[in-house]
Amino acid sequence: MLLIRCPWCGLREQAEFSCGGEAHIVRPLKPDELTDEQWADYLFMRDNTKGWQTEQWVHSGGCRRWFNAQRDTVTYKFGISYKHTDPKPEDGD
Amino acid sequence: MNQKNRLPTGGQIDRSQPVSFQFNGRTYGGYTGDTVASALLANDVKLVARSLKYHRPRGIMGSGAEEPSALLQVNRGARSIPNLRATQTEIYDGLKVSSVNCWPSVSLDALSLMNWLSPFLQAGFYYKTFMYPRKGWMFYEKVIRRAAGFGKVSSEPDPDRYDKINAWCDVLVVGGGPTGLAAALGAARAGARVMLADEGQQFGGGFLRTESEDNLQWVSDVLRELEEFSEVRLFKRTTVAGYYDGNFLVLNERLTDHLGNATTRNAREKIWRVRAKQVVLSTGAIERPLVFASNDLPGVMLSSAVSDYINRYAVKPGQNAVIFTNNDTAYRSALHMLDNGVGVGALVDARTEISDPLFDKLAHRGVKMMKGSVVVRAQGKKSVSAVEVMRLSADGKSLEGTPEKFDCDLLAVSGGWSPAVHLHAQSGAKPVFDDEKACFVPGPAFQNEISVGAASGNFSAEKAVSDGYQAGISAAHSAGCQVVDLPVIQEVSDAYTSEYAIRPLWQVPGSGSSDRLKRFVDFQNDTTVKDIKIAVQEGYQSIEHLKRYTLLGFGTDQGKLGNINGMAILSEELGQDLIQTGTTTFRPFYTPVTFGAIAGREIGPTFFDPVRKTAMHDWHVEHGAEFENVGQWKRPWYYPKSGETMDQAVNRECLAVRKQVGVIDASTLGKIEIYGPDAAEFLNYVYTNSWSNLPVGSCRYGLMLGEDGMIMDDGVTAKLGDNHFYMTTTTGGAAAVLSWMERWRQTEWPSMRVYFTSVTDQWAVISIAGPKAREILTKVAPTLDASNDQFPFMTFRDSVVASVEARIFRVSFSGELSYEINVPSDCGKDVWEKVFEAGMEFGITPYGTETMHVLRAEKGFIIVGQDTDGSMTPVDMGMSWIVSKNKDCLGKRSLSRSDCIREDRKQFVGLLTEDPNKVLPEGAQLVELPTDARPTPMIGHVTSSYFSASLGRSIALAVVKGGKSRMGARIHSILMTGESVPVSICNPIFYDREGERQNV
Amino acid sequence: MKKYSVFTLARHALDRRKSWSRAWRDPSPKTSYDVVIVGGGGHGLATAYYLASEHGINNIAVVEKGWIGGGNTGRNTTIVRSNYLWDEAAHLYEKSLVLWESLSQELNFNVMFSQRGVMNLGHNLQDMRDIYRRSNANMLNGIDSEILTPQQISEIVPIMNTSPYARYPVLGASFQRRGGIARHDAVAWGFARAADKLGVDVIQNCEVTGIRRNNGKVEGVETTRGFIGARKVGVVAAGHSSVIAEMAGIRMPIESHPLQALVSEPIKPILHTVVMSNAVHGYISQSDKGELVIGAGVDSYLGYGQRGSFSTIEGNIAAIVELFPIFSRVRMLRHWGGIVDVCPDACPIISKTSVDGLYFNCGWGTGGFKATPGSGWVFAHTIARDEPHHLNAAFGIDRFVSGALINEHGAAGVAH
Repeated sequence: MLLIRCPWCGLREQAEFSCGGEAHIVRPLKPDELTDEQWADYLFMRDNTKGWQTEQWVHSGGCRRWFNAQRDTVTYKFGISYKHTDPKPEDGD
Repeated sequence: MNQKNRLPTGGQIDRSQPVSFQFNGRTYGGYTGDTVASALLANDVKLVARSLKYHRPRGIMGSGAEEPSALLQVNRGARSIPNLRATQTEIYDGLKVSSVNCWPSVSLDALSLMNWLSPFLQAGFYYKTFMYPRKGWMFYEKVIRRAAGFGKVSSEPDPDRYDKINAWCDVLVVGGGPTGLAAALGAARAGARVMLADEGQQFGGGFLRTESEDNLQWVSDVLRELEEFSEVRLFKRTTVAGYYDGNFLVLNERLTDHLGNATTRNAREKIWRVRAKQVVLSTGAIERPLVFASNDLPGVMLSSAVSDYINRYAVKPGQNAVIFTNNDTAYRSALHMLDNGVGVGALVDARTEISDPLFDKLAHRGVKMMKGSVVVRAQGKKSVSAVEVMRLSADGKSLEGTPEKFDCDLLAVSGGWSPAVHLHAQSGAKPVFDDEKACFVPGPAFQNEISVGAASGNFSAEKAVSDGYQAGISAAHSAGCQVVDLPVIQEVSDAYTSEYAIRPLWQVPGSGSSDRLKRFVDFQNDTTVKDIKIAVQEGYQSIEHLKRYTLLGFGTDQGKLGNINGMAILSEELGQDLIQTGTTTFRPFYTPVTFGAIAGREIGPTFFDPVRKTAMHDWHVEHGAEFENVGQWKRPWYYPKSGETMDQAVNRECLAVRKQVGVIDASTLGKIEIYGPDAAEFLNYVYTNSWSNLPVGSCRYGLMLGEDGMIMDDGVTAKLGDNHFYMTTTTGGAAAVLSWMERWRQTEWPSMRVYFTSVTDQWAVISIAGPKAREILTKVAPTLDASNDQFPFMTFRDSVVASVEARIFRVSFSGELSYEINVPSDCGKDVWEKVFEAGMEFGITPYGTETMHVLRAEKGFIIVGQDTDGSMTPVDMGMSWIVSKNKDCLGKRSLSRSDCIREDRKQFVGLLTEDPNKVLPEGAQLVELPTDARPTPMIGHVTSSYFSASLGRSIALAVVKGGKSRMGARIHSILMTGESVPVSICNPIFYDREGERQNV
Repeated sequence: MKKYSVFTLARHALDRRKSWSRAWRDPSPKTSYDVVIVGGGGHGLATAYYLASEHGINNIAVVEKGWIGGGNTGRNTTIVRSNYLWDEAAHLYEKSLVLWESLSQELNFNVMFSQRGVMNLGHNLQDMRDIYRRSNANMLNGIDSEILTPQQISEIVPIMNTSPYARYPVLGASFQRRGGIARHDAVAWGFARAADKLGVDVIQNCEVTGIRRNNGKVEGVETTRGFIGARKVGVVAAGHSSVIAEMAGIRMPIESHPLQALVSEPIKPILHTVVMSNAVHGYISQSDKGELVIGAGVDSYLGYGQRGSFSTIEGNIAAIVELFPIFSRVRMLRHWGGIVDVCPDACPIISKTSVDGLYFNCGWGTGGFKATPGSGWVFAHTIARDEPHHLNAAFGIDRFVSGALINEHGAAGVAH
């Protein structure tokens, strides 16, 4: 039962959010030029970090906006939440 | 009513309210305020239960949540509850309870012969046998299952209901003993919003078991002050059951069980979902039993429980007691016994150095004080009748001297105290071992919590109050409360203050006479010292292996009494420190919580999941529709006329649409408004086809793929204006498509100027289809020129229908001339009725989803999710025409992966059975040739299958490996019945292949 | 080592001087092995056992960072079935089920495999299409399968709410009678004991911290108890597969999610089959001890914490009470989370890797327990022969490049 900080709405209940997984996976601009391996890496391969990772969340039961948040995947503690337009911060805590 | 062991005065019971209740069919008396345990003891009932494995006689050992053995079946019939602890079940007039797990009765239990078989039943015996014959386990298991389990579940649905509530507070105080009360007061005075919860029927905790009137006065003074704060909420009978991330705690409040059958219709229990800024854990400590031979006999009781029964319930749990301890706390109990007419023959203390001021006092009152000694064995058949005492060697490893025997009917034991660190550990923190106090104490906090009082290993009442008060104040301040300069708390005094001194004693060494007797560690699961030794011998040496192999701590008490002793004995066996052994994980809940309470109101036809109904729902009901659940929606499935079967109704509806006209409620389709200058470009990304050149006023069919190239959703989208589109999605996919688009727009293409709004619920959709559709439309929309020239296929018009502003889309999912009339939802039913009225002269027929499916299948139109399953590409579905070669779109790159370009992928085809009346089951698998060989290779399956009234025969859609190049091939379906049905592969469009009917 | 039987049990019962020997030794790691298996769960131990028993490789170590069976082997809801939709999955799980049927005798350790039947409920028309499709596929694959009407369901499980007026009425079910449950811990212990007997070193409290490679070939594993050389390394470390993969410089299509489960207090026998429902999400069986063992969902976020999540179980319990109204007054004892490796297609990876001599077995998602013996059996083959058995040929890591996924997600199979 996490408490999650939406950069627009502040701290809210986990029930209002959905997690979108690892953040900063950029869709290739020219998929046609990729090999199958490179495309598979974008499509399926994940760091699946144990520890601090940056992930996408959406305030689905609130402002419906997506944002990035740092979270420790072991302790479930959150670091900074930030908008997509903000630069990627250093790892949390 | 004879309550032989009831003291004439005192206690917290209400003597003005006598109560009678039944235990195992016999009627007993007690008072309001009694638990079943205290009332049974008052009536001199000692044998209340049988143990799980050996069916040994068991009595009442504790007075609270720690009680391992005295489990009850409470009530009969629909309100029956299994496994309640006698020590926590309050009595009321007419209560019926019985022992569990014994037959025919608790005193004459047939399975007590298991005790004699116990050498065969040691730890893990079932892993070593019951293996033959190979199928034998199914038989053995039946027998074992019957012997296992405790109470019975009621055979009727639960007549009670349950509530849930969300709440927050600055400070949640867990446990309403002196420490918790002081903490709540401190926090309240500091200005905090406070919740104080105690699992019992009364606040006061440890003070209720003291003899001191002053202490009780202190409790009521504090309570009175707390009640004056408007932001303080006091919860009795409320267990803080779980402690989760984000300082979220779950409280289980029991509201009506103690009121008996006179209950109101109020909720039986309530779950409080609480966010607390700060948590004060004043959960107290649990006294440990001692481990010696036959330490499970009824009459062996924790010393704290003895005091509880005497002082709180005014019950003498015995007449002649012996006390066995390794620490100071039992000395107070000795005094309580002596002061209330319980004889104390001997006080056996494992320690040799004793500084307790009560030592001399007790000796003076005639108690035989035996230092450095231990009880090696309890004697007695169905309850304790005597104990054997010997001297303990200096190293604690062996016994000295000869046994001395004392007669007694009560043995009060105290093996020291274990702070109730359960919630602390659940919060994510790790308890640490305190060698001095021989117990686990809270470690560094992981969340915003602090343990205080006995829960932190501080067993002194005076300090507990002042510490609790300070903890409450600082918790309030941490939560942002500002009030400072608070008065000091009213002090409590204790006439017999002593330091807590303990000689750790995890097990009494074996003596000759007691070696063969069982020494229990976990009373509920019958785990003995010998079981632990066997587990260690066999290599089950991790504490988790030990737990799982011997069931230590696996019971409904979750090892509240036995775990620490068990871990220590394991450590001794392995010659390692307790801290190396570690604890098992403390899991929620602290004590069990009723399923019904966790489910709350979210069950039943109305509340299990929201029911979504369209604006025209009532009309459908009035016209006899059968409904189908589609996601949360109720959709009319078909409209049987009286006497009609489903097939007859569907055939009639189908023919009506093909020959005259039908009307269907299409409101459930997802509808999304898309605005913005980049809307068309955005659609180019999410749809496979191009949207750049679509003229305003036109509609186009679009297909969406996941990034893996598989079909995700489809629907028609109209261009309402230069920067304005209106998208429809499948009924089930509406929410997913909206989030999908939002996600891409926000996270990947944030600079795109395009916005989405769900309008599914805003528009009711009345879809008329059939040759007469235009005539109806012209009647209801007189201002509209509905001619084919002015309003051609795949366009839309704004108009007025039945006096309501409407958007009309000329699209078709049936292949017929068809109009989808969109009107604001609140006008939906009215317009529907007007359309229906206008259509009467043309034979308008309402039709449901089944007919819709048949009509679209005749046309070979796919339904995403039925004809596709997340593994089908547009190419597989014969829709490569819709994937634009001139642009990228989501999922497109995946289509050129090696597996996606295989020729022999499953491809979308039509099927015709040789017997035109045979309708294949949907989902049926397809094979080349009928064969009895198993496994046999499958080449595809039927995705849709109907009887087509228009064609006068059955039709089916399917996906078949390489199907597109196998037109006309004869393959087979082998049904679940074994029947083999020959079919031929054909084009999936069965009706009006040129698509002329929708263009008229 | 003594054989377990009712006779040895009796001899020990009657002769108090007799003591049981260790079920498995507690060896220190040798400097090198032919094969090192990383992960002492059921799958890893089974792999070691079958390497020794089927492939004659005995110089094997299983290294486990904690205690054997301490991961998902000891945290799951113990369901065993093989009624999967896709051929590749069905054949693999059926192999496993066949091994389950004689596993107690094979290992001389009672794993209490109870073939009490597994029922998958259908609550809407699409569920029923999927049930027919899957059952029909099972039948043609030689896997036992039946389709039940609500009436037949009521006869087998009379306590289930099959009312047509329920929010999502039960319309039917698939039923695999050979499916059931087993005693989860016993599977790890039984494989450990049997493998140990064949010379396998089961090494607990030994955490792998690195995979040593040279020229694209594996040389051994760095551990908290020193370097252990190995010609081949098989990784079966569910929950932590990505962590180990990273040590070897391999990227995996895996996310680790917490999976929630819970048990009630023990009650007298009341539910005699396994019941699973997708639409009304939850699955339930009753253990031999009497507890209702209930599986809930996977938390949507990635997580390595084995903590229980209340919000997940709230919905799960509501589903169970909806299906079984009489369980409303039963009380929930305990809940917890496991960490499951989830692949995009809900099917495992049992595969060679780009590193010579390094093999991975992971991504079982929520369905790993039932596959334990079969998974070990094919993985042993893959390691011993350096090529997959035909049963796991489709489960290569390369399928994520080619697109040849085995889409059990899209299929009707209930998550688990």
